[in-house]
Amino acid sequence: MIDEKILFTPGHTACAGCGQSLAARLVIDAAGPNTIVVNNTGCLEVFSTGYPYTSWRVPFIHSLFENAAAVASGIEKALKYLGKTDVNVIAQAGDGGFADIGFQAFSGLWERGHNVLSICYDNEAYMNTGIQRSGTSPVGANTGTSPVGRNSYGNITWKKNLIDIALAHRCSYIATATICYPVDLQNKVKKAIKIKGAKFIYIFAPCPLGWGYDPSLSIKIAELAVETGLFPLIEYENGVLTKVKKLKELKPIEEFLKLQKRFQHLFQEENKHLLQIWEDFIKVNVEKYQILEKSN
Amino acid sequence: MKQFLEGATSIAKTVALCRPGVIAAYPITPQTHIPEELSSLIANGELKAEIVNVESEHSAASCILGASATGVRVYSSTSSQGLLLMAEVIFNIAGLRLPVVMCCVNRAVSAPINIWNDQQDIMSVRDSGAILFFAENIQEACDLHIQAFKLAEDPEVMLPVIVNIDGFVLSHGYEAVELPSQELVDKFLPPYNPIYKLDPENPLTFGALVGPEWYMETRYAIHHTMLNEVKSKIPKIAEEFTKMFGRKSYGFYEEYYLEDADTVYVTFGSLSGPIKDTIDRLREKNEKVGLLRIITYRPFPAEIGRILSKFNRVIVLEKDISLGHTGGLYSDIVTSVYNYAQNSGISKLPKISGYICGLGGRDVSLEEIEQLYTEKEIFSSKFIGINEKNLGSYI
Repeated sequence: MIDEKILFTPGHTACAGCGQSLAARLVIDAAGPNTIVVNNTGCLEVFSTGYPYTSWRVPFIHSLFENAAAVASGIEKALKYLGKTDVNVIAQAGDGGFADIGFQAFSGLWERGHNVLSICYDNEAYMNTGIQRSGTSPVGANTGTSPVGRNSYGNITWKKNLIDIALAHRCSYIATATICYPVDLQNKVKKAIKIKGAKFIYIFAPCPLGWGYDPSLSIKIAELAVETGLFPLIEYENGVLTKVKKLKELKPIEEFLKLQKRFQHLFQEENKHLLQIWEDFIKVNVEKYQILEKSN
Repeated sequence: MKQFLEGATSIAKTVALCRPGVIAAYPITPQTHIPEELSSLIANGELKAEIVNVESEHSAASCILGASATGVRVYSSTSSQGLLLMAEVIFNIAGLRLPVVMCCVNRAVSAPINIWNDQQDIMSVRDSGAILFFAENIQEACDLHIQAFKLAEDPEVMLPVIVNIDGFVLSHGYEAVELPSQELVDKFLPPYNPIYKLDPENPLTFGALVGPEWYMETRYAIHHTMLNEVKSKIPKIAEEFTKMFGRKSYGFYEEYYLEDADTVYVTFGSLSGPIKDTIDRLREKNEKVGLLRIITYRPFPAEIGRILSKFNRVIVLEKDISLGHTGGLYSDIVTSVYNYAQNSGISKLPKISGYICGLGGRDVSLEEIEQLYTEKEIFSSKFIGINEKNLGSYI
């Protein structure tokens, strides 16, 4: 028996320990049944809508890899035309569909200020096609298209900063969240859908298959991303930073990296300099968001 | 009452009479006057609709895809590169069985960049599952738009319809046009009320993943709809339109002086005008010549093979080419005639010549059209109007 209140039902084909499936369920259960979900092509759409089955108990549409934001724009306008402005619209995508191929459409949606909640599930590579680097893969990530080799230490670039890009579009609400803090994630979704305009929640979604760790560690890895200062939990309302999850101290980034096969080579002597890039990124986060509690 | 109006303005005013709920378009010459006029009608309170100024044609098509799936009548227009950018979405719209109506203001495809008219752009979505209409003049472009909504939204059809009009010739040309009354359009075109839509009251999943065990049937279903429901409804809708609006609408094709003809021209779009003039001139000299004008290009009219097989000569004239083969219309005509011959057992086939003209806005003169009538040789893809000097070192 399936709980009638669950809007994203079990029985789908996601991998064990999938961070995105957990995040997607938390999101839709928080948004509630009066919601239309628009999904770019990617793992989530593939594992939840294998015909003739669907996990979605809300209206759901998948069109193409890069057009969820434009499809959602049309849905929002159609609802306005029909006078059904109480219906929530969510446009969601993985990092490839969001930050790379589908970004133009999200930029258009944000700039035009549609009353839509945009959600990016970031698992830091193209996982549905079998682990290739994306514009949000971090430095050193070993993927199918940024392999480690004699002349390569893996991915050479640092992640696109989606939060700053959303800020530049003057989104009315911007937040980050992850699966190890489900109440926080759901509160942010509930808050976002009450705010008018273009809203964005950026979710850190660990991927056991693509990152190379035991499926039981997904929550642990998400927690370490926050506790190392790598993925700060923040909220912006109308461009103003209103909330930051404070930390007493930072855990060493090595604790996050060492659990994942994609980063194992970073601990070799010749790659140790790469760890500095991670440290530098965390330093920026600490200062920008004042993550650390002030000691007396 | 007839009004002297620009083509794009006439089309926009006609679309407004069809009461679309959501419109999305992106500027591209020569299509831009259509969304501009629609924006003005909305700005002046003459049309109640949401217009979305999207950031690309890909998003224009995607935006109306979403709105259509939500149960609202939708419209867009584009040209050339815009249509090519939309191509993936148009295939998707057809696969999702959404009744989107669009106008393609036909224009050449880059490179080299050229804003002028030919019909190469629409060939890029020929196989998408969209129903394709071609208008001869501004009045017909308007009339086909009204019929397009009725056909697309028919519960037994549920496919996109693209009305093709020749860039500049019809979009920027002026003509005395009869725009129907709102009352009459409302009577002809009932409000759109789909069976399946995105609605929290009845949650459905659109765009699911299918494997080899399901996919082929979805393609067959579109093909079947094209060959059956669309085939039977196009003439019915045209007839109903003719009766209600008091203006002839032909449906699949128009026959011009075919009864006693020996030689028949075949074309689509505005090229039909100068071909009809040529036929009138030749008829004055007692030449037995006619025109078969294709209005519905997809689904391809099934009767074409039977109609053309009885003539001695067929001259296909078109503004597009499948480079390395022939014009798109030519290969369809040859296929239709040959298929008809195989099935009916006739042994004498017409000589069918294919000519490519007017690419990138190159003028086609009446003399050039008439000269084809006297040509003895058979060609499959002969270019008309090539300037040897311009070829330079290209070949």
